[in-house]
Amino acid sequence: MNTQELYQKTDAILARYGTEERSMIAVLQAVQEEYAYLPREVFPYLSERMGLSEAHIYGVATFYENFSLEPKGKYVIKVCDGTACHVRKSLPILDRLREELGLSADKITTDDLNFTVQTVACLGACGLAPAVTVNDKVYPAMTPDKASELLKTLKETL
Amino acid sequence: MLKNRQDLIDLRAACRDAAKKQTRKILVCTGAGCVSSGSLDIYARLVELLRDRGIPCEVELAKDPHDDSVRVTKGGCPGFCEIGPLVRIDPEGYLYTRVKVSDCEEIIDKTIVAGELVERLVYKKDGKVYAKKNEIPFYQKQKRLVLEHCGEIDSDSIREYLSVGGYTAFEKALFDMSADDIVNEISESNLRGRGGGGFPTGKKWSQVKRQKATPKYIVCNGDEGDPGAFMDRSVMEDDPHRMLEGMMIAGLACGASEGYIYVRAEYPVAVKKLSRAIEQATELGLLGKDILGTGFDFTIRINRGAGAFVCGEGSALTASIEGKRGMPRVKPPRTVEHGLFNMPTVLNNVETFANVPSIIENGAAWYKSIGPENSPGTKAFALTGNVVNTGLIEVPMGTPLREVIFDIGGGIRGGAEFKAVQIGGPSGGCLTPEQLDLPLDFDSLKKVGAMIGSGGLVVMDSNTCMVEVARFFMHFTQNESCGKCVPCREGTKRMLEILERIVAGKGRDGDIELLLELADTISATALCGLGKTAPSPVVSTIKNFRSEYEAHIYEKRCPAGNCRKLKRISIDPALCKGCSKCSRGCPVGAISGTLKQPFVIDQEKCIKCEACVGTCPFHAIKED
Repeated sequence: MNTQELYQKTDAILARYGTEERSMIAVLQAVQEEYAYLPREVFPYLSERMGLSEAHIYGVATFYENFSLEPKGKYVIKVCDGTACHVRKSLPILDRLREELGLSADKITTDDLNFTVQTVACLGACGLAPAVTVNDKVYPAMTPDKASELLKTLKETL
Repeated sequence: MLKNRQDLIDLRAACRDAAKKQTRKILVCTGAGCVSSGSLDIYARLVELLRDRGIPCEVELAKDPHDDSVRVTKGGCPGFCEIGPLVRIDPEGYLYTRVKVSDCEEIIDKTIVAGELVERLVYKKDGKVYAKKNEIPFYQKQKRLVLEHCGEIDSDSIREYLSVGGYTAFEKALFDMSADDIVNEISESNLRGRGGGGFPTGKKWSQVKRQKATPKYIVCNGDEGDPGAFMDRSVMEDDPHRMLEGMMIAGLACGASEGYIYVRAEYPVAVKKLSRAIEQATELGLLGKDILGTGFDFTIRINRGAGAFVCGEGSALTASIEGKRGMPRVKPPRTVEHGLFNMPTVLNNVETFANVPSIIENGAAWYKSIGPENSPGTKAFALTGNVVNTGLIEVPMGTPLREVIFDIGGGIRGGAEFKAVQIGGPSGGCLTPEQLDLPLDFDSLKKVGAMIGSGGLVVMDSNTCMVEVARFFMHFTQNESCGKCVPCREGTKRMLEILERIVAGKGRDGDIELLLELADTISATALCGLGKTAPSPVVSTIKNFRSEYEAHIYEKRCPAGNCRKLKRISIDPALCKGCSKCSRGCPVGAISGTLKQPFVIDQEKCIKCEACVGTCPFHAIKED
């Protein structure tokens, strides 16, 4: 981790959102947008700049599902498991993706950092159920076989 | 920049005239569903074709359009996601369904140039052809009020919103009404909060208005977290100005000059559209300082959520805007007294604010003429699951469930039987075929242990296991429990464990009673609404489908054939020739036997993967 660069980027973010506590979530979101996760070195730095304890900031970061303290894959695949997708059989799609990538509920990212597979509560795309997103692009009406196809296409672009 | 009332009236009139001149319009749905099926490519192709053919076209509402030009508009979502991508052609009102890029040429040449219908692209059902949107049964029983502009106007353009009478209600409230008048009108209309609870909006506003402490805040809850609900998303994406207008009127009524919109992180498009709408309203001077020369100040900021369902709860939501962990606190004091930054706060959801402009414009009496007296108005529902027509609908409150599922929804997908409909998400309950004639309103549903909630309607057919559905919701709430209070943190965990063992075929005698006892305790003692209502899906499925629980527990059988671990795969000894092919393919070594003798499956080892079923050349392996 190039901390000098991290501090510079964080400074720019703080200049935009401010250093008050109320900006905390927006600041963490902006850092995550830069790095795709929250590097641990950002916590002491934010603590100093925002005048809040590291534990406090860590508490906020770990409370919200969207923040990740681990690096994620180049392709983040989210399988929607909202009610509508669930009753139209989204779990077999998740199982297939995990099986083909050697992932599980506890290990969500491949070692080569190419793929992350996770579930999401509801994308609000229930009309397209079951839905899967890859880096926020929505793939509608999925099946396990279509998921395998999708993986194949993604692997070709690596 | 608009300086006074007349400026706004003039601009609105100009926009209206411009829209009237351009009768030839192509509206391409750019809702999430249609975009993912390629509607943006269709839009681009249509524009390209018009330009190629030398037909004058405009992509936005021009100041001075040519009478003979065609306007191509990104129209937002008309709600019928099932048959997208949708393209509508005005003035005829033809609705083309499942349009592909390759269809664009025919649409331009036939409909735009020659005025003819492309019949193969319109909606057909039971041998009938429906050329126009309003003729389709899906729309016939709907009453679109909050969603009236969704699929009709380009949400990126404030000029389009003005052209359909936008900001008339705000203008009326600002110049012709006092704060008391506004609060009285809303109270009189009996508008009830659309976020789930159904609390009277007027009462909330008057409580905030009465508070002495300043500043006061208007907060819009756009944290639509219930899985299977996306009504608010559509309003935020397709008609953002309507919601802003509602918030501005609330600001006038309660003496607040700052508004916050809390939007779910999963809705990036909504954030973009709302930001654009705020920008445009600010540019015109409808937001900002000294609005239209009246001295009224109002600004609106957007806060993005970060993926915590509990933030839909009022005090958790305000904590999140303050930059803290989104955990609910003990109430009272309530949000109207100590809300955002500990100041008096109006907190309403998206659909509630979106109802406000039409009430102010048309009056409370008009509003009360729609739906039943105790819950007037309309309600938007997201109709999903095993139903033929999935999509976003809006009906008058009190419409029977049967009409919604069978007339609008077109019945059950694939000809299966209707079994239940889940309403109110993880806080709601399941309704059965016997309850189909129940009117959909706040009070009727409460009586049967369900709630209208935010408006997700997930239809389930006979292949759905209700115990598994209960487990699904409990898994969701347990996962989303913030952990602050013991009943919710520990109680939901225990309930989930019991449900998990029941669907795995390890349920014990007494589990149903234990679930009900835990449910009672959690409902009575949890800190916030999330915990209090967490057991509802379990209680309602036990009440309506107790025999399914019993079959899982006592007979180790899933009546819907859904629970994988309860499946039993066996080899028919009469058909098995003892070739050993199946045992070689079994990933866990569960099949054994002597060659040329019937083989057997060890049920303890079998993981029900069914790998053996396809390999048997004699079709001897079957699910019992």
